[in-house]
Amino acid sequence: MNEIIEKEFFSENVVRLEIKAPRIAKARRAGHFVIVKVGETGERIPLTIASANPHKGTITLVIQRVGVSSRRIAELNVGDEITDLVGPLGEATHIENFGTVLACGGGVGVAPLLPIVEALKKAGNKVITVIAARNKDLIILEDQIKEYSDEVIVMTDDGSYGEKGLVTDAMEKVLQREKVDLSVVIGPAIMMKFAALTTRKYEVPTYASLNTIMVDGTGMCGACRITVGGKTKFVCIDGPEFDAHQVDFDEMLLRLGGYKEIEKQAEQEYLQTKEKK
Amino acid sequence: MAVTKEFLKAEREQSWRVDIRGLMKNKDRTGLARVHMGEVNPDERILSNIEVNKGLEADEAVNEARRCLDCPDPTCISGCPVEINIPKFIKRIEQNEFLEAAKVLKETSALPAVCGRVCPQEKQCEAKCFYQLKLKKEPVAIGHLERFAADFERESGKMSVPDVAAGNGIKVGVIGSGPAGLTFAGDMAKLGYDVTVFEALHEIGGVLKYGIPEFRLPNQIVDVEIDILRKMGVKFENNFIVGRTANIEDLKEEGYQAFFTGSGAGLPRFMNIPGENYIGILSSNEYLTRVNLMDAANPKTDTPVVSGKNVAVIGGGNTAMDSVRTAKRLGADRAMIIYRRSMDEMPARVEEIKHAQEEGIEFLNLCNPVEYFADETGRVNRMKVQKMELGEPDSSGRRRPVPMEGSEYDIDVDTVVVSVGVSPNPLIPNSLPQLETTKWGTIVVDEEKLQSSIPEMFAGGDIVRGGATVILAMGDGRNAAASMHTYLQEKLNS
Repeated sequence: MNEIIEKEFFSENVVRLEIKAPRIAKARRAGHFVIVKVGETGERIPLTIASANPHKGTITLVIQRVGVSSRRIAELNVGDEITDLVGPLGEATHIENFGTVLACGGGVGVAPLLPIVEALKKAGNKVITVIAARNKDLIILEDQIKEYSDEVIVMTDDGSYGEKGLVTDAMEKVLQREKVDLSVVIGPAIMMKFAALTTRKYEVPTYASLNTIMVDGTGMCGACRITVGGKTKFVCIDGPEFDAHQVDFDEMLLRLGGYKEIEKQAEQEYLQTKEKK
Repeated sequence: MAVTKEFLKAEREQSWRVDIRGLMKNKDRTGLARVHMGEVNPDERILSNIEVNKGLEADEAVNEARRCLDCPDPTCISGCPVEINIPKFIKRIEQNEFLEAAKVLKETSALPAVCGRVCPQEKQCEAKCFYQLKLKKEPVAIGHLERFAADFERESGKMSVPDVAAGNGIKVGVIGSGPAGLTFAGDMAKLGYDVTVFEALHEIGGVLKYGIPEFRLPNQIVDVEIDILRKMGVKFENNFIVGRTANIEDLKEEGYQAFFTGSGAGLPRFMNIPGENYIGILSSNEYLTRVNLMDAANPKTDTPVVSGKNVAVIGGGNTAMDSVRTAKRLGADRAMIIYRRSMDEMPARVEEIKHAQEEGIEFLNLCNPVEYFADETGRVNRMKVQKMELGEPDSSGRRRPVPMEGSEYDIDVDTVVVSVGVSPNPLIPNSLPQLETTKWGTIVVDEEKLQSSIPEMFAGGDIVRGGATVILAMGDGRNAAASMHTYLQEKLNS
């Protein structure tokens, strides 16, 4: 069950895993996520499905090593099995021909953006995609994004690749240049916050795909709750996509840090025990 | 599958029962005092997850069994949602035939060791006991005896596997592996069906695993009962969400002919008051899931849990008691229940409240949160509460709490657990648009048959009731199995 059949490093800390999961591969749509747990004592964490191949019966996940749980997943090799994998979860992305869509992905957020870009393109939209990262090494899936985009703008913080600047700089340029009917943003919470502020100025409807702390992922615990338009919503069953102009990103950023101290300490301990081995 | 009076009468007339009744006069039986089950003392038990109730010794159990009069009209059975033949199993205990007693339990209950621990017997079988009804004396300790027989059998290593009819090859699916689903699965397996239970989480057992803490129901006891179901041929698929991983249509194509949904009341309610999303404020479902299912308090596991020093638990039900007592065990200096009514209206079991009081839990009754405050990192550090008084009875028959103007005051807190109830989990209803549901999101079923608006879909437990007990869920599982059996047999023979 859940055997890893392919593994590829995009960069030192970003890895792509292709996993045997025939039922999920068949059922998933763009925007869905899975819950993954590695080992008997592992933690349940949500990961958005980057792509799926129903014929092969596989799904693809892209993982950035940022803590103990993501490290455990990234360390698995071809032939290993993921202890627990469940999904697909969440509401799928609403796809139709909107006209011109501005899709923006930051860091590993480009991975879950890819299936949405693909679906939007296939639905007849003109798709302009901005992919952004800190530096050249962290730009991922550029060729695949290009395949389904009418235009791709690459941004790096340090200017080591593409244009120098933030994702919002590229967004401004496009929004000033032409009429955009919809924007989709996926990336770190802070990036989505500013992306939402940018499109708001131009009154362009915007969806953000949120990645919060979760335990069960099925609506049972409420760890993932956020405020949207003044109302509490659960990212796992009401989302993960929401109207970015209504999301309280400041509250979300605080909640994401809820276990920061414990997580940091756990990661240090984890790295130390690994060194000893 | 209802137990008929004639059947019970015939059972009661068996010679061994007659003999046992003849051993003592009723007057001597009623003169015996009710047994008291030993408990680990509070100072010791709050240091770990050790089970609080110790169970009965064999001689204590036999003595207690002697109190039972083996009444001609056993009213106790009518108080049991799964209709355990109570006098029969108790008389087996009096006879020192403890393994036989356990077999009687398993005739109608898939989870006797669980029920013996978590059933509110004081509101069910024991409330209908002749001692209680007619003699105005303490009822026979049916719950303690049930636990004794089930534990004895498990510890003896001679667990009996209930008889299973020859396989009929008919595949049925069970959605959710909590008490309703497990009971349903056991009954269908006995009837010869090919049963598969689908569970969304990585562990089988539902609320018995993620919800009820170790100190009240050790997970190992649940696992042993699940193992019996496996031996009866029940198959389990974890990490499988029906409606997501595969939908009902897919499963029908794979040969499933009918389904039972016991997916539970998995959606926690919040109060929608200012500051409720600050860090450190979580639902009881989240708190208990982290600690029970993920074993988060164990440093060897990856899942974190914040164990605060000043913990407020909002609510007065069993889940609130489980949460506040868990907080005490995780090292809280102050573990408080904040409940808007008074002790008399509290829905938690009497035993749970008593245990909580012994463990130093503070009860701030007639008190309701109105707002939370946080430090600069967004972590809750204070809450404002308002005093309440009781007015006229509301629709639940309990007196309605009314806020007292100007009575607000602040309490320092670093963890708040909200335990004000749950709503049905929407995953199944949402994936079946043709399924009729109520405005609360519960599945509409025929009261007797537990059949939904989709004929091959039956449902029970909290997804129908909205939030009830383990034993009511088990009763539903049992009734649904009986009516699904009738439905499928009629369909096949037509």
